[in-house]
Amino acid sequence: MSGFRTLLYKEVLRFWKVSFQTVAAPVLTALLYLLIFSHVLENRVEINGLRYTGFLVPGLVMMSVLQNAFANSSSSLIQAKVTGSIIFVLLPPLSYGEFYLAYVTAAVLRGLMVGLGVLAVTGWFASLEFAAPWWILAFALIGGGIMGSLGMIAGIWADKFDQLAAFQNFLIMPLTMLSGVFYSIHSLPVFWQGVSHFNPVFYMIDGFRYGFFGVSDVSPVVSLGITSLSFLVVAGATLVLLRKGYKLRY
Amino acid sequence: MGVAVSIQNVSKTFGTLKALDSISLDILEGEFFGLLGPNGAGKTTLISCLAGLVRPDAGCLKVMGADVQTAYREARRYLGVVPQELVFDPFFSVRETLRIQSGYFGLRRNDAWIDEILENLDLTSKADTNMRRLSGGMKRRVLVAQALVHKPPVIVLDEPTAGVDVELRQGLWQFVRRLNNEGHTIILTTHYLEEAEELCGRVAMLKQGGIVALDSTRNLLDRYSGHTLSLRLVNGENLPADIRERASLSGGFLNFHLTCYDEVEPLLANIREAGCRIADLRMVEADLEDVFVDVMRGRDAEQRMLMR
Repeated sequence: MSGFRTLLYKEVLRFWKVSFQTVAAPVLTALLYLLIFSHVLENRVEINGLRYTGFLVPGLVMMSVLQNAFANSSSSLIQAKVTGSIIFVLLPPLSYGEFYLAYVTAAVLRGLMVGLGVLAVTGWFASLEFAAPWWILAFALIGGGIMGSLGMIAGIWADKFDQLAAFQNFLIMPLTMLSGVFYSIHSLPVFWQGVSHFNPVFYMIDGFRYGFFGVSDVSPVVSLGITSLSFLVVAGATLVLLRKGYKLRY
Repeated sequence: MGVAVSIQNVSKTFGTLKALDSISLDILEGEFFGLLGPNGAGKTTLISCLAGLVRPDAGCLKVMGADVQTAYREARRYLGVVPQELVFDPFFSVRETLRIQSGYFGLRRNDAWIDEILENLDLTSKADTNMRRLSGGMKRRVLVAQALVHKPPVIVLDEPTAGVDVELRQGLWQFVRRLNNEGHTIILTTHYLEEAEELCGRVAMLKQGGIVALDSTRNLLDRYSGHTLSLRLVNGENLPADIRERASLSGGFLNFHLTCYDEVEPLLANIREAGCRIADLRMVEADLEDVFVDVMRGRDAEQRMLMR
């Protein structure tokens, strides 16, 4: 397991050495979202009996967890591929399972770190409850695992930075922004409510928010089931790619 | 002596390009082996197959008896590769880079050996410098160091001296020779044929994915190019046509290609008998470059003999 531990250490060190950019910057972005949206909507919108800012904070935290988990594994892999330094992890006797676990764990850790940072700076603006903390942790871990795995798929698939940017801008961003971070899907027209149910990120956000307030758009058990299933599918797909050496070993 | 690297009927095609065409080759433990060939001959593809970076379409490769596909963990532990491209991870210092590389191979307390490698590659003063701040030559040394962290019995150096200054080149070869003397098998690809001639006991020449020559460096030199006797006659004197046509002329010297030293005396006797006096004479040893050019042009030894 030493190979796994070293790769994990290397991946964590990689983002930690540039933490101003990888941790502090996304915390600031989330704070700006909060300041703008709560300024405009705080006294106009109430969702599930919650004031808007209270509703928004967990959504922002989870969105940050997800986006940064994706960013970590995808950017690490594409950088290593483009610069050629990927060879340093392909030459040693690391199994594809170790490879997967190290990248995804590092991605989840960065996601959690940013998430905690966002919670620390935005939590002051709302009166938060922690109704079911285990649910909070479960959704953060599984959601981070899904996005860390998707980041690996994107990083392995992309040959250039702009391909990765396309994956991020045209898939990850819409999925996270339209998942109910900023609104309850019950406020949407019926058609778009239906569409939202096909977005797995919706269940991650909704379940995560349940952990704070004990209320959600759908049952947290359903959300946990769908999120876990999504994780298994994405993790399985990533492991298949790694085992085949897709775009890594020719 | 056991086989360090076994390559059996290895083929690899990229699209329509046949990069390796059923290559078979055994490299023995302790050998200093040269892999030569023009760009695109398949040298790097062959090394990549050995390192598990490229998967062959057919054939089998083993490092110290471990199959690179089925026993890949073992095979990779036995192998240290210095890649051709000057790659580095910009986030880390030299020491961090080497510690991390050690960890990948399961070595957690490797600082004594890391210090020794740093010392031998003249990197000690740069140990805590970030990789980005190093010159090209220094980065190349770190690549060599990275390949050695796990003390692999087989070391592959893919064009290690490209763009490297003379001093480093000498230092590097001294170190690699020492490793070879200590029992490490060395496989070298290089464009500098004088390096291969000086260092390699045996050489394989690749062309269009196939091996076109495989022998000890000495045999290749003897078999393909022999020696050249260069001479200049006293001003105004000319050789008879039958002797003259055996020589080529360059820089005022007549060059006679000989396969062995036994041919020297009869040639000189012929010249004496023709009444010619020699003003200047020298023997030129063949070098690997001549062999390389011959082999790549597809001339074999027999053809050369006929040309003489």
